[in-house]
Amino acid sequence: MVGIKKVEYGKKQVLSTSDAIAYAVRFCEPKVTAVYPITPQTWIAEKITELINNGEMDSELILVESEHSSCSAILGAAATGVRTFSATSSQGLALMNEVLHVLSGMRLPSVFAIASRALSSPINIWADHSDMMNSRDTSWIQLFCESAQEAHDTIIQAYKISEKALLPVFVVVDGYTLSHVYEPVFIETKQKVKSFIGDYKPTHAYLNPKKPMTQGPIGYPSEYMDFKLEQQRAMNKALNVIKETNRKFKIKFGRSYGNGLIDERVRSKRVIIAMGSMCTTLRGLEKKYKKTKYEFSLIKIKSFRPFPKKELLRALSNATDIAVIDRAMSYGNAGPLFIEVSSALGEAGYRKRINNFIVGLGGREARIKDFEFIIKNIGRESYWINVNGGKNISFSAVI
Amino acid sequence: MSKYPVIKKVGNTKEYKTGAWKTIKPVVIPEKCIGCGKCWVFCPENCIYETTKNGKKIFEANLDYCKGCGICAEVCPVKAIIMKEDEE
Amino acid sequence: MGLPKEEFYVSGARNCAGCGFPTIIRIVTKAAGKNTIIVNATGCMEVVSTPYPQTAWKLPWVHAAFENAAAVASGVEAALKKLKKDANVIVFGGDGGTYDIGFQALSGMMERGHNVLYICYDNEAYENTGIQRSSSTPKFSWTTTTPIGKKIRGKRRWKKPITEIMAAHGSPFVATASPHLHMDLFNKVKKALSIKGPKFMKVLSPCVIGWKIPSNKTIEVEELAVESGVFPIYEIVNGKLTINYKPKKLRPVKEYLMMQGRFKHLNEKEIRSIQERVNKYWDYLLNLEKLDNAFFV
Repeated sequence: MVGIKKVEYGKKQVLSTSDAIAYAVRFCEPKVTAVYPITPQTWIAEKITELINNGEMDSELILVESEHSSCSAILGAAATGVRTFSATSSQGLALMNEVLHVLSGMRLPSVFAIASRALSSPINIWADHSDMMNSRDTSWIQLFCESAQEAHDTIIQAYKISEKALLPVFVVVDGYTLSHVYEPVFIETKQKVKSFIGDYKPTHAYLNPKKPMTQGPIGYPSEYMDFKLEQQRAMNKALNVIKETNRKFKIKFGRSYGNGLIDERVRSKRVIIAMGSMCTTLRGLEKKYKKTKYEFSLIKIKSFRPFPKKELLRALSNATDIAVIDRAMSYGNAGPLFIEVSSALGEAGYRKRINNFIVGLGGREARIKDFEFIIKNIGRESYWINVNGGKNISFSAVI
Repeated sequence: MSKYPVIKKVGNTKEYKTGAWKTIKPVVIPEKCIGCGKCWVFCPENCIYETTKNGKKIFEANLDYCKGCGICAEVCPVKAIIMKEDEE
Repeated sequence: MGLPKEEFYVSGARNCAGCGFPTIIRIVTKAAGKNTIIVNATGCMEVVSTPYPQTAWKLPWVHAAFENAAAVASGVEAALKKLKKDANVIVFGGDGGTYDIGFQALSGMMERGHNVLYICYDNEAYENTGIQRSSSTPKFSWTTTTPIGKKIRGKRRWKKPITEIMAAHGSPFVATASPHLHMDLFNKVKKALSIKGPKFMKVLSPCVIGWKIPSNKTIEVEELAVESGVFPIYEIVNGKLTINYKPKKLRPVKEYLMMQGRFKHLNEKEIRSIQERVNKYWDYLLNLEKLDNAFFV
């Protein structure tokens, strides 16, 4: 199922998020694309292959035999010195995990679209963020999207960010909940996209017989850690690269997403922090509860990596009660986003009431009444939401 | 050390003199050597080089890199290479 | 000696004295020339040749991980295609990174038909990690994971027929070679690089430490491997198999086996078993040679 009708560039139309991503990738013109099928990424892969086979997208397509090989083939192409693209989800992202570290360690740029899906076991094809959290330390930039338009726009921004920071980028949409949803999207034209991102012309790493170099050598204890420090340096610089790209994107295309790292609009005392498509629902509830006892404001985190500590702490300056919603769990502790936010607050010496809600694992429904429970319990106990037959179970009761 | 794990000075392992590894070293008998180059083909360290002695083309080993494996002496068709104790 | 003088792989690498593969690298890169990109799987070759900040390679070279050299090469080849740049893409993988963990990526690369020459330098075990058994290890061989015990003596399975498996993928060129027949290896690489499509070569690469031979016996052990029929030299071009080197009479395998410490424990029954297998395989190859297309392309 790959789109309803012929796309119109430079116009707004109703498309699936997967199609919107594919059309954005098309004009970014990656010279090499590698894909392996996995639900729910398949709509993205199918649209891209349709565009390539129709001659509408000029990219060398490698239909690899596993995700480990798709990331590896992308690595080879990026090491040669060209722009690349791939897409995956869940088990596929987990399978290529080893190569993710290698690719970023080699400081090669790339952009992968992820239709975020739960990790087995049990096997589950629906949305949650466990696959992204599993890739947390891979030194890939992670940008979470809330809408089809944002996904389309973030793909374009991602190429610019990746090639400036020399770090690869994940553009994340919730599997099914966003990837397969139809929304109005303005699809930008080739000329505008190309003039925004330019060409990829590597000077630091390429494979050219005229100027030979060795990529991927051994790093002894006397060297390895210094390279890793460079990666962290690049991640820190990437915070500004992301903000700048978002700002320039607004100037050229008229759309922006917060400051590129986080989206905060009002600084109230009660705050909910979340990522991904549920932010849209929360924004609706934000309006509903405005000027009531349960008034709260939403801080949407777009860039999970690099983690926007400074911006987040500033946004929380008025907050007294904070709820962090996680769509993943770090078993043996708490939700990963909660851990990130708590550590930022702790490090800064801020004392605020903060709690964690584990929501929507494996596509478990997050109903309005679930969000309302969260809104009414910001800063109190931490809960697993809508489990064991519609119950909310507090962390301390999970024994 | 560069910022990126990339080596642009190609072939610079030559800065590392593996000759210190050997305990025996190859000695070429120039009179016997027929200049066939078989030792040059099969030396794993690529340290055998062509030279001339008394107007004759012969091959010799660069002891800076020779690890003393003894392959050159083995493959020489006329046994013009002898492995001797390396005093250093 | 028939080989061009220019070197693309220099001295100073950290391989063991007497190692088999530096000679392979030199002969292969001399045949391939300057316009070549090397993709290397994790293993002895990669480790000894690129100790940052030094590299023994004068060609563009990339290493990613253990099992994905063929996939990385697929990406390099695709990028070159799109850049409209013409260069040889050669993969070097050990037997571990080819027969076992790299098998899937290699099969994928062969099936998709990338214009890449994959060369397996076969030292018949995971030598870099300390001599563990791979599916390329010969039956009965000692390795650290197939020790000679009271109950089980050495590796229990015969060597995986990787060359035939690659030929069965429909590759236009698949061959075996041994460095001691250096012009055969040189010419095979030249021939392979003149053919478009996915090519595979298996090259014998003795390991002084793993095979337990004196460091000066590398070339001699290669010779005996070929002369005894343990390592036949043949090529399969568009499905047609031709044995390139036929010894007048096969030397007894015992001569080859007893040169190596990894086989010194063998009893008469085991040696007989190996001899039978070698004879059988040699007859099998002779039969395949009679066919126009031993493999379907």
